[in-house]
Parts: sequence; C-alpha cells; structure tokens
Amino acid sequence: MPQLTCRNLTLGYEGKTVVSNLSFTVNAGDYLCVVGENGSGKSTLMKALLKLKTPTSGQIQTGGGLTRKEIGYLPQHTAAQKDFPASVREVVRSGCLNRCGLRPFYSKAEKRMAEENMENTGISKLAKRCYRELSGGQQQRALLARALCAAGKIILLDEPVAGLDPAAAAEMYELIAKLNAEAVTVIMISHDIAAAVKYASHILHIGNKSALFFGLTADYLQSEAGRSYGRL
Amino acid sequence: MTELANKLASYFEFPFVRHAMIVGALTALCSSLLGVTLVLKRFSFIGDGLSRVAFGAIAIAAAMNLTNSYLLALPTTVIGAVLLLRSGGGNATIKGDAALAMISVSAMGVGYLVLNVSSTSSNLAGDVCATLFGSVSILTLTVTDVWLCAVLSALVILVFLLFYHKIFAVTFDEDFAAATGTSAKAYNLLLSAVIAAVIVVAMNLVGALLISALVIFPALSAMRVFKSFKAVTVCSACFSVVCASAGILVSILAGTPVGSTVVAANAAGFCAFGAVGFVLRRN
Repeated sequence: MPQLTCRNLTLGYEGKTVVSNLSFTVNAGDYLCVVGENGSGKSTLMKALLKLKTPTSGQIQTGGGLTRKEIGYLPQHTAAQKDFPASVREVVRSGCLNRCGLRPFYSKAEKRMAEENMENTGISKLAKRCYRELSGGQQQRALLARALCAAGKIILLDEPVAGLDPAAAAEMYELIAKLNAEAVTVIMISHDIAAAVKYASHILHIGNKSALFFGLTADYLQSEAGRSYGRL
Repeated sequence: MTELANKLASYFEFPFVRHAMIVGALTALCSSLLGVTLVLKRFSFIGDGLSRVAFGAIAIAAAMNLTNSYLLALPTTVIGAVLLLRSGGGNATIKGDAALAMISVSAMGVGYLVLNVSSTSSNLAGDVCATLFGSVSILTLTVTDVWLCAVLSALVILVFLLFYHKIFAVTFDEDFAAATGTSAKAYNLLLSAVIAAVIVVAMNLVGALLISALVIFPALSAMRVFKSFKAVTVCSACFSVVCASAGILVSILAGTPVGSTVVAANAAGFCAFGAVGFVLRRN
C-alpha cells in the first residue's frame, strides 16, 4: 500500500530550482535510501516530505491512513542552540509528544517507551546529562531515540550516521533495520553507499537537478547510475 | 533587627503594601516562566518592544478617557506580539530585529505625542515617568487591579502548566515538533498572546522600560547553574519571586522607587548565580 507518492515534484529555494521532476512511491514497510552528491537536494526533499517546505510544483500524497502523528524524524542538524538547558531524558521524551494530543502530561506507557528507546540507542546512562554537553555521536543517538519515540508508521532519517564511529554506525544501521523489520517504513538519506545497498529495499539516486534512478536495490546495482556511483 | 521587623509589620497593615506584594510576586512568577522560552528562542528583546507597544496603547487609552486602560492595552499588545513573533520567523519582508525597532519606537513616539496633545493633567512629565519606570503605580493599586492581575496570572500559569511539554518541544526544536504533528504555529501564537498578557500585567510593577529585566534575568540566572529545562524553569520562577519580593520590601523600607529596586535586585541575583555557576564549572 503506498504511504507516500510523489508526482513530478520540483523543489527549490527563492526561485532557484534545486531538483525537478521527482516521481516515486514509498510503500508501507519499504526501506528507501536517498543517495546523491552534496547539494543535490536530498535534505530539501526530506523537508518537503515532512511538509516543512512547500514544493514549487508537483504533488506529495500520503496514503494508507498515514498522519503526521505517526512520523519520526531525525534531522541532520537540530536548530537547538548551544546553550539550551535540556536533559537527554527531556529531549527523548519530547518525541512522544505526538501521541499525547491535548493531554498535558506523558503517560506511563510513553515514559516507558522513552526509557526503552534510550536503552536501545545505548544512552540510558546519559539520561540525566545535559544534552548540550554530549559529544556529537551521543547527541545523534539521543535524537535517534527521540525519532524512535515519534515513529509510529514511518521514520525519516537525514544522514543518521554522520559523526558516528564505525562501530556506532553499524549499531545504528542494525537498529534501523530492526525497526524496519517491525513494519516501520524507513526513508534515509545517506552518503554511505555500501550500507545503503546492504540494507535498503529501494534506492532513489538524485543527480544534478533530476532523479537518476529510482527502483529496487538489486536493479540499482545493474544500472548506470549505480555502477558509476559504486566506482567513486 | 526586631526594629526592622516591627517596621515591616506595621507597613503590612496597609492594604496597598499587601497589594503591591501580591501583584509583584504574581507578575514576577509569570514573567519568569515565559522568560525561559523567550531567552532560549532568542526573543529576549521582544519583551522590550512589546512593553513600548503597551505604553503607546495605555497613552491612547488615557487620551480616550477609558476608565480601565487594560481594555485597550491588552488586545493591542497581543496583536503586536503576534506580528513581532511572526516576523521573527524568517519569511517576512522586514526582518525581526528591524521590525521590532520600528514598532517599538513608533509606539513610544505616538504614545508620548498623544499624551502630550490630549493630557489635562498638570503633571504630564510625572505621569509619563510613572508609566515608563513604574515608580509609584504599584503602591496605588486598586482592589480591581489586584484581582485583574490575579486572574491574568492564574490564566498564564494554567496555560504554561497545561502546555509545558509542548512549549519545551517547540522551543527546543521547532522543525521536529512541526514535522511530527505538533502544531508549532499554533503554540507560537499561544505563546505570543500569553507573553503580551504578561507584559501588560508587568507594566504595573516595573513600568514599560524595565520589563525586560523581569523576563531575562531569572532565566539567564537559572541557566548559569541548572542544566535541565525543568530545573531551569523552577529555579527561574523562585529566583524571580524572591528578587521581586526583596526589591519591593527594600523599596518600602528605604523609600526607593519600586521598579528600579526590583531590577537592581534581579541584577544582583544574576551576579550571585553567575558566581555560583563559575565555581560549579571549575570543580
């Protein structure tokens, strides 16, 4: 069942087109990796999918009863400032907010979920620490735990392993694969082509201003775009 | 010491002193709660700009001979807050800081102009000074003023408690909140309305020019020492109430202007917290 359908999508900033004519479909349970060079519009595409940015033209349709309250999101950089006082637990719990509706406080189940996700991302010991004092990799794990709390049906990740050491990156990929196995749709931006090919079911390769490839991972490896990217 | 206590006790027999303490503590509490969000969202100056808008509105209300200037000042300031916080968002043609400067100076200018043209009072300079620095107004509060302040404060505190987690999320990472289905725009709007209400209430205590102190000092002081949002919020609320009460007491005993004494108490508190924070970081 298609959860997200993009038709002839064109995205840009202030009249400048970044990427045009993107068409692709994401079905429930898919694991889509978006690859491409810096500046090819991957993060812009993700913002459009999250409805943080309106496309210049084209359509993004959601299906299968997907609402915003079932979306998890791991941004590349948080807008949060350097001196923001927030404990890791407070940050992770804020991922549960979309389950609360108008209820002012977190339920026991939501608190438990936050603890479980901190456990899964290996940051339980940091729960009381101040978010701004963590290393880049630890912050990334905290944000992933927050995204996991928010992800009901789909999770969007913008370079989840940026700033992680190889062991932590491998753990992160396993965690995402496990989530995908539990029927959560994954859309991930990555520069790590080896991991993309290993884990993803589908690949979207964005080239200079348009899509070079969209389809199954196996087909991608045979395609021209895939072979040329693989050589790099 | 007992002499001082006796003197204080005798002062507290006067209703206007009790009123001043109640209004002072409530105002300080409300402004410090929102101050945390304002400082973290880099909107510290909005309080300042809004107080000038409120000043303009109160001046116009005075010129129109309205019996209760709140009726005009509150809605005007709310509209000002919504416009200012939206223009801070990035897509506006006039950028946030410029828009803020523009609105605040024109509100000040027009306000003083209107007062000057229409005022029948013999002591215009004194009236303006009182509105700007709040020098006497807190000691001349009527029972209605106290009730109005209490109701508005209760509303502000209620909104803050009910939406505490949402306010945290929208302040910490607006994009994430919006992407995952928390209506960031609606909460920003709610915040601006509440901030405007606080500003109008706080004008009674410290006057238009000194309000920023009530908004900024408690949050910044708490942030020197504490590192979680909850601890900072609780600490800044306590800090603010203690400083405001101390300031009012000192001003009553020493006969200094209320507003500026409260601000001085806040500044002194900030220095103390700064020192504590420095020592904590060294260890």
